[in-house]
Amino acid sequence: MIQFTLEDRNGERQPVEIPEGINLSLMEVLKASDYNVLATCGGMALCATCHVQVLEGLDALPPARDAELDMLDTLPDAEFDSRLSCQIRVDEALEGGIFKIKGPEQ
Amino acid sequence: MITTDICIIGAGPVGLFAVFEAGLLKMRCHLIDALPQVGGQLSEIYPQKPIYDIPGYPEIKAQELVDNLMEQIEPFHPTFTLGERVEALERQDDGSFVITTNDSTSVHCQVVVIAGGLGCFEPRKPEIQNLEQFEGKGVAYMVKNPEQLRDRRVVLAGGGDSALDWTIFLANIAKEVTLVHRSDSFRGAPDSAEKVFELAKEGRVNLVLQSTITSITGSGHLQEVTITAKDKTVTTLAADNLIPLFGLTPKLGPIADWGLRIDKAAISVDTTDYSTNVERIYAIGDINTYPGKLKLILSGFHEAALMCQSAFKYVYPNQKLSFKYTTVNGIPTF
Ligand SMILES: Cc1cc2nc3c(=O)[nH]c(=O)nc-3n(C[C@H](O)[C@H](O)[C@H](O)COP(=O)(O)OP(=O)(O)OC[C@H]3O[C@@H](n4cnc5c(N)ncnc54)[C@H](O)[C@@H]3O)c2cc1C
Ligand code: FES
Repeated sequence: MIQFTLEDRNGERQPVEIPEGINLSLMEVLKASDYNVLATCGGMALCATCHVQVLEGLDALPPARDAELDMLDTLPDAEFDSRLSCQIRVDEALEGGIFKIKGPEQ
Repeated sequence: MITTDICIIGAGPVGLFAVFEAGLLKMRCHLIDALPQVGGQLSEIYPQKPIYDIPGYPEIKAQELVDNLMEQIEPFHPTFTLGERVEALERQDDGSFVITTNDSTSVHCQVVVIAGGLGCFEPRKPEIQNLEQFEGKGVAYMVKNPEQLRDRRVVLAGGGDSALDWTIFLANIAKEVTLVHRSDSFRGAPDSAEKVFELAKEGRVNLVLQSTITSITGSGHLQEVTITAKDKTVTTLAADNLIPLFGLTPKLGPIADWGLRIDKAAISVDTTDYSTNVERIYAIGDINTYPGKLKLILSGFHEAALMCQSAFKYVYPNQKLSFKYTTVNGIPTF
């Protein structure tokens, strides 16, 4: 099991457990867990509405690629620890991480 | 005042195709879009992406589909108001409507079709507490007339192409140009990024990297911009203008206040003709909702066809509509 924590827009935290070997993005996990995330482009790094801030565990994640960095640059509220949840695969790298939902609501 | 049969709000693929369906029934259309170009999400978000589920096209690029739609509706001579957002809708005594935009363009029409997709594309605004208070008083989200910035102290924010391009352009016009960007490199065109770094070296542009704007102050008009760096150091700059350039994001906007039945930011419709709860107003494409709705271009095209069959009765109250294939009559134009 991979365990990490999601923090909603009100600052409330919820632990999440995902079985290993499941090929999902963090955005898909957010949607499946009924978090109100827009994800307009469906995970193509084209809309930046799946924005999350990585409060813990940023260094463990693979670095953002060009498409993700391009989109993050369009976000006025992007912080130095911002990522697009659709570009983050759910695997061991997420273990113990804390992700805060930042994107606009649906 | 512009006069037409059908006023279509939104020039995305669905609004564009509605012109074709209306044209077959000899109804004229005027389209309004908040964006400066037609095409909606296809042109704004993914112009170069291929689409695979348009019947008859195994693969077509989004912008190509928009170009083809424009060619397909050309015989019906639709008219356009682009770069303006529809704000208000007023019912006339005879049941028709007058629609007004934020730039005071008025359109008189018999039927209103809302093809507004995800909503109106509006500028992404940084989270600065009293930002809206300074809009029009030093804060703007696009450069409409660069001459107005001549000899002013301008702060730009963002790291994409438009932030870079305007920094380069304004370096020759403004008294002082500062570009604030959250990272230490630019994702925009490498040529432009290089030029900005050169201008900074020459002292013609003030480059503030790894930083964000955290507050603004002024009495009546913008006077100061406060910038916080990644290492938490805070600097305050005197500024006459602040232009955050972070692209666009869709919002439902003024349509939400028109008395239409709304369900989760979409307009509820009757699936027999995609009419709303308000007579003579229809909603098609991504902006509507009904059981089983699929937010696909294909679905929007189907909705446009049924909507036009129903709208006909308001445009030609004394005529009976008879359905004909385009293969029978070709494309009869006006
Ligand atoms: C990345 C991505 C990939 C996609 N891929 C596919 C695909 O492969 N196949 C498919 O079928 N669909 C796809 N879609 C979905 C498809 O783009 C939408 O279903 C389609 O764009 C809906 O068209 P529309 O005309 O209803 O709305 P939109 O394309 O959203 O256009 C609506 C227009 O209305 C304007 N507007 C809204 N409110 C106002 C107002 N008050 N005043 C003035 N103008 C206003 C907006 O500015 C906008 O231009 C994709 C979407 C995305 C984001
Ligand atoms: S869902 Fe659009 S960028 Fe992630």
